[in-house]
Amino acid sequence: MRDMPKILLGLLIFVLLALFPVIYNAVTADAGTPPDLVIETQNVPGKSDCVIPGEEMRTKHMDMLMEWRNDVVRLDDRYYHDDHGRTFEKSLTNTCLDCHSNKDTFCDRCHTYMEVDPYCWDCHVIPQELEGGTR
Amino acid sequence: MIIDRRKFVRAAGLGVLATAAAPATKLLAEEQLVTDHSGDMPLKQPKPLTAKRWAMVVDTRKATPENVQKAIHACHHEHNVPEFDNSKDEIKWIWSEHFDHAFHEQDLHYIPEHTKHTPTLLLCNHCDNPPCVRVCPTEATWKREEDGLVMMDWHRCIGCRYCMVACPYGSRSFNFRNPREFIDEINPGYPTRMRGVVEKCTFCEERLARGKMPACVEATQDCGMITFGDLEDPNSDVSKLVRKHFSIRRKPGLGTQPEVYYIVPDDPEEHDEPTAHGEEEHS
Amino acid sequence: MIENALKGGKGYWTWIVILLAIIGIGALAWVRQFTVGLTTTGLSRDVTWGFYIAQFTFLVGVAASAVMVVLPYYLHNYKEFGKLTVLGEFLAVAACIMCMCFIFVDMGMPIRIPNVFIYASPHSMMFWDTVVLFGYLLLNILISRVTFQAERKGIKYGKWIKPFIILSIPWAISIHTVTAFLYSGLAARPFWLTAVMAPRFLATAFAAGPALLILIILLIRKMGTFDAGKKAIGQLSIIVTYAMAANVFFVLMEIFTAAYSDMPEHLNHFKFLYLGLDGNTTLVPWMWASSILAVISLILLFNPKTRKNFALLGWACVMVFFSIWIDKGMGMVVTGFTPSVLGDVVAYVPTLNELAISLAIYAGGALIVTLLYKVALDTRARMAA
Repeated sequence: MRDMPKILLGLLIFVLLALFPVIYNAVTADAGTPPDLVIETQNVPGKSDCVIPGEEMRTKHMDMLMEWRNDVVRLDDRYYHDDHGRTFEKSLTNTCLDCHSNKDTFCDRCHTYMEVDPYCWDCHVIPQELEGGTR
Repeated sequence: MIIDRRKFVRAAGLGVLATAAAPATKLLAEEQLVTDHSGDMPLKQPKPLTAKRWAMVVDTRKATPENVQKAIHACHHEHNVPEFDNSKDEIKWIWSEHFDHAFHEQDLHYIPEHTKHTPTLLLCNHCDNPPCVRVCPTEATWKREEDGLVMMDWHRCIGCRYCMVACPYGSRSFNFRNPREFIDEINPGYPTRMRGVVEKCTFCEERLARGKMPACVEATQDCGMITFGDLEDPNSDVSKLVRKHFSIRRKPGLGTQPEVYYIVPDDPEEHDEPTAHGEEEHS
Repeated sequence: MIENALKGGKGYWTWIVILLAIIGIGALAWVRQFTVGLTTTGLSRDVTWGFYIAQFTFLVGVAASAVMVVLPYYLHNYKEFGKLTVLGEFLAVAACIMCMCFIFVDMGMPIRIPNVFIYASPHSMMFWDTVVLFGYLLLNILISRVTFQAERKGIKYGKWIKPFIILSIPWAISIHTVTAFLYSGLAARPFWLTAVMAPRFLATAFAAGPALLILIILLIRKMGTFDAGKKAIGQLSIIVTYAMAANVFFVLMEIFTAAYSDMPEHLNHFKFLYLGLDGNTTLVPWMWASSILAVISLILLFNPKTRKNFALLGWACVMVFFSIWIDKGMGMVVTGFTPSVLGDVVAYVPTLNELAISLAIYAGGALIVTLLYKVALDTRARMAA
């Protein structure tokens, strides 16, 4: 019992240390500037032309890609029919990257900002990077 | 031409905005969007090739070093198979061995020299009863029930290599290191793999889905060394071939039921024209 | 109780620092393997499993051997083992953790290991091996903790733990049986395709595990911390004797079957082990060393005079341990791949990187055993004082 103050002090130091990153960010309060996403590719026909609305895509694309991947690889279900009756091949490189051919100014900017590192590109080839070398 | 149509659609879109309230016009606009998309994107769903049980017949009588190389190169290029300068890291989906080595358990001692050295293509047998599938702890490799292909999911494989231990044919390879820099010319239409996963021939499931024959079959079309088709269909080429000729499979005694059949090489002196002449004689 | 691990003399701390240094070096080697790939090992397309999986297999045996002190005490009320059960269980805990580490470092995609549970595949023996090994680890942690807490308080352990103890006995058998099934159910590998695989694994386990336990007990006895008693050590040595005899018997049966049937696909593997095949004699000296150690150890063990001499018993146990380690830890796995499925002899030698990682895992196991034994034995010493 007489150790109580020591224990409490130790606990406090631990909690402060554990929460340091959170506190640091709260105090410095700079979330950085959200990235400026560019869809500058010639392939994009119109703004609302993505397979689902852009707003939704922002939060859902990772799940959707996982779902597509599963469908194609495991279920041999290769085509996606959207609400407008359009049909797309469920393919990151053949469908998504067809419009978003500027991976560096579209995918990468946001992923860098969010500090996520999807490993899709470890295997899936970005055709533009093959051709241009820099892109 | 594509640009023109796109312009047209944009104009149509603006038109929709102008007459925003009219549902009929909106419908029309949407329909045009559909048209647009099916025009400039490869949206025509190709008719896939299907079968109840895919099988392959390799006619070793037509196997020359050149033909065999054609098949190997077509496959390895198509699937981004890396080429290492050492056998330790080696990856191969389809490769060639001398006939007596490919069927080493037959102890083929007293057969014609020519037959012994006939280049014989080896690849995944897509067994009916695949031991690799049985041992996989994550179902990263599995048997597709519809057509019998032994499939691979490189997103799921944990790289335990148990399937390689269980495969009696040595058909599987492991990525001991990152393969990308060892691929001469990357085919953007197919993924590469990461270090740490197992890979093998898939009977070109991705090509079948697009209505195309496997790469090795297509590459050797002229000589007809490899025939691919549905063994459940009595009228398919593979069915006809195995009915007509004496063919063997690798290690049939293990009960795996391999689906790659080999028409055995025979003495070249008897068959100057292996195809026509030989077939007549046997039937 | 746990604070005992932090109090020790110079020797104790030197030992701990040495172990930590070995673990550190191994960790660096593993980082290299993780970033570059398994090309840093000696493994290849033809020899796909090697040193790691072999150590795993050997250590499953060590883990299972705890049953050899647990069973006589709890089922037959053999009192002499009363103080030993917890030591056996601690050894099992360390061995289980080492097993898991060896599996972990052998995976091409270690971060995907949870897939084994997410996509549980009961048709795979590897799935079952993971399940029984995890279960065995948990059982031993639970049982050793509960029984030792009771001992410390000077009371009898709660009745509720008894079913878990009883369960741990067949469970120990199961971990090594399922590990044998990993190998013995493969048509592709004639060397492993033998019904005697599981019984032989158990025989080697019940020889090598208790031999290791005897060695540790003799060492502790010398250090003066704890004396298990002549009777207990004597009984353990008899277990080692008969298990080793059974192991040698099984080996001879294997060799007879392969040699007399004279089927190349079976015999070639034994030729590779004991005579060399296609000019490859990598394992030959090792396997003969293993055989000679086995024979000498059996002579020492069967003779009551030498068996009861603790110095000679110690040496016999060292021989048993290394004879079995060579057989399982070096010969058994690699020979399954030699000759390969295409009949080729492909050489395999573990690389330094591979050995550094393996040594680090063994050091980790030694560290766990040291800490657990220190805690237990110091507590006992204080209670006795």
